[in-house]
Amino acid sequence: MSAKALRAVDAFSELRVETRAASVNALSITIRGLCKSFGRREVLRGIDLHVPAGQFVAVVGRSGCGKSTLLRLLVGLDQPTQGQYWFGDGAGKGAPAVRIMFQEPRLLPWASVLGNVEVGLGAGRRSADARERALGTLRAVGLADRRGEWPSVLSGGQKQRVALARALVSNPQVLAFDEPLGALDALTRITMQALLERIWLAQGFTAILVTHDVAEAVRLADRVLVIEDGRVAHDLRVDLPRPREASAAAGAELQGGILRDLLRDAETGDDADVS
Amino acid sequence: MPSSKSTVNRLDGLTQWALPLGIITLWEVGSLAGFIPGRVLPAPTDVIAAGWKLLLGGELVRNIWVSFWRAIVGFAIGGGIGFALGLANGLSRRADRLLDSTLQMVRNIPHLALIPLVILWFGIDEAAKLFLVALGVFFPIYVNTQHGIRSVDPQLIEMGRIYGMSPWTLFWRVILPGALPSVFVGLRYGLGIMWLTLIVAETIAASSGIGYMAMQAREFLLVDVVVLSILIYALLGKLADSVARVLERRCLAWHPAFQNRRGEA
Repeated sequence: MSAKALRAVDAFSELRVETRAASVNALSITIRGLCKSFGRREVLRGIDLHVPAGQFVAVVGRSGCGKSTLLRLLVGLDQPTQGQYWFGDGAGKGAPAVRIMFQEPRLLPWASVLGNVEVGLGAGRRSADARERALGTLRAVGLADRRGEWPSVLSGGQKQRVALARALVSNPQVLAFDEPLGALDALTRITMQALLERIWLAQGFTAILVTHDVAEAVRLADRVLVIEDGRVAHDLRVDLPRPREASAAAGAELQGGILRDLLRDAETGDDADVS
Repeated sequence: MPSSKSTVNRLDGLTQWALPLGIITLWEVGSLAGFIPGRVLPAPTDVIAAGWKLLLGGELVRNIWVSFWRAIVGFAIGGGIGFALGLANGLSRRADRLLDSTLQMVRNIPHLALIPLVILWFGIDEAAKLFLVALGVFFPIYVNTQHGIRSVDPQLIEMGRIYGMSPWTLFWRVILPGALPSVFVGLRYGLGIMWLTLIVAETIAASSGIGYMAMQAREFLLVDVVVLSILIYALLGKLADSVARVLERRCLAWHPAFQNRRGEA
């Protein structure tokens, strides 16, 4: 399985040269004073943020710090209580292509693997080249030979790759990840991280990754945001060359710093759930 | 591979008939040996002979057809309305609040208790039987459809919304397939109620059909025809269930439960 995924990674590095120009397609994200409360509980207390087009941002924080809420607001699943956000210069025609990938694959059990990828095409599902595009994306995540199977026979990592293909098939301008690798085993995670990085390099979309895993954040992102008490507490750049190695020593120091920050806060808080 | 699979399936298909055939053999032997008096239970061969006679007279086919027609039409009416209301109340909170508690109240009346009223309303016309069958079938289909729609994974619905599915697409691609396993439970349960209702209705108030044939035979002490009628009901019930099972297996091929069964066989 991992061999197949690696082959998929190769397929993407070939794509990279020709499609790096596609990053023109990516949109910046601007957030101003974003607040969200659920009843009397304030989850986000004023987020201000600008993410340049094509940047890979990781958002880390303790559980319940509001990082997933931020993501849900950005993809339009929830409405902010206050503040606003926009993509690009805010004057874009039509809805921006924002996609999200969850911790659960959320595949339709009654659709084949290929059918699930086609869901990502939305209304374009009926166009003539729909099948071809879906198949191409499925090939890119290394699952073209499983196209006709039901999702229930796939492994956890394979299901997430199908979910990734579904998110990618419509060439998103912004792709949000809500702990997409959280439920996978360590080895599958490493392969998936490499796959994510390659695909991001190839397609050039703006990526926001919410994760518990600081190592994963440093491994993948250009910039790591630490959220505490509903605010951006730290905003750190990760200037490491790409493609990155899973065990790059250069990232270790940064990782340690972020972890220390999180743990210090955890001691003062009541919830020390940090991975 | 496919040939070996079909052989296995054929063997599997034979297994389920072993017990009924065994019982019939014992019954025949018991009758021949004189353990079972013919007045109580005629031998299977006598039942078959009676069936053959009725078949030649055309009476059997006519009665089976009449019963079959009543079952299908009553099921289509009751099941159709039950499915439609189940969809409406599963999808819309407002419709649910308006209708559900009334329907649940009516559901608690055994529909066969309405027979005297139904005879007063419709006499012993076709309408009486169709009404009873439709009413009996309505509730299992309604309840299970509603439950199926309600229990569709909300995460999948959210996913559908994010991917820009229109309400119509969301219904066809996500909600309906998700509700289907539950709808099939209702379908099979409804089929059982369908035959039960029909038997009672035809026995009490009818001038044709298998139940009527059995009651007529009782008057003339033709025990073999009575037993024949009961066996025909059993076979028709089995037939309906088999059709439902085939449909279920077709429509729910994605479901792990059905994949495993195929794998084992």
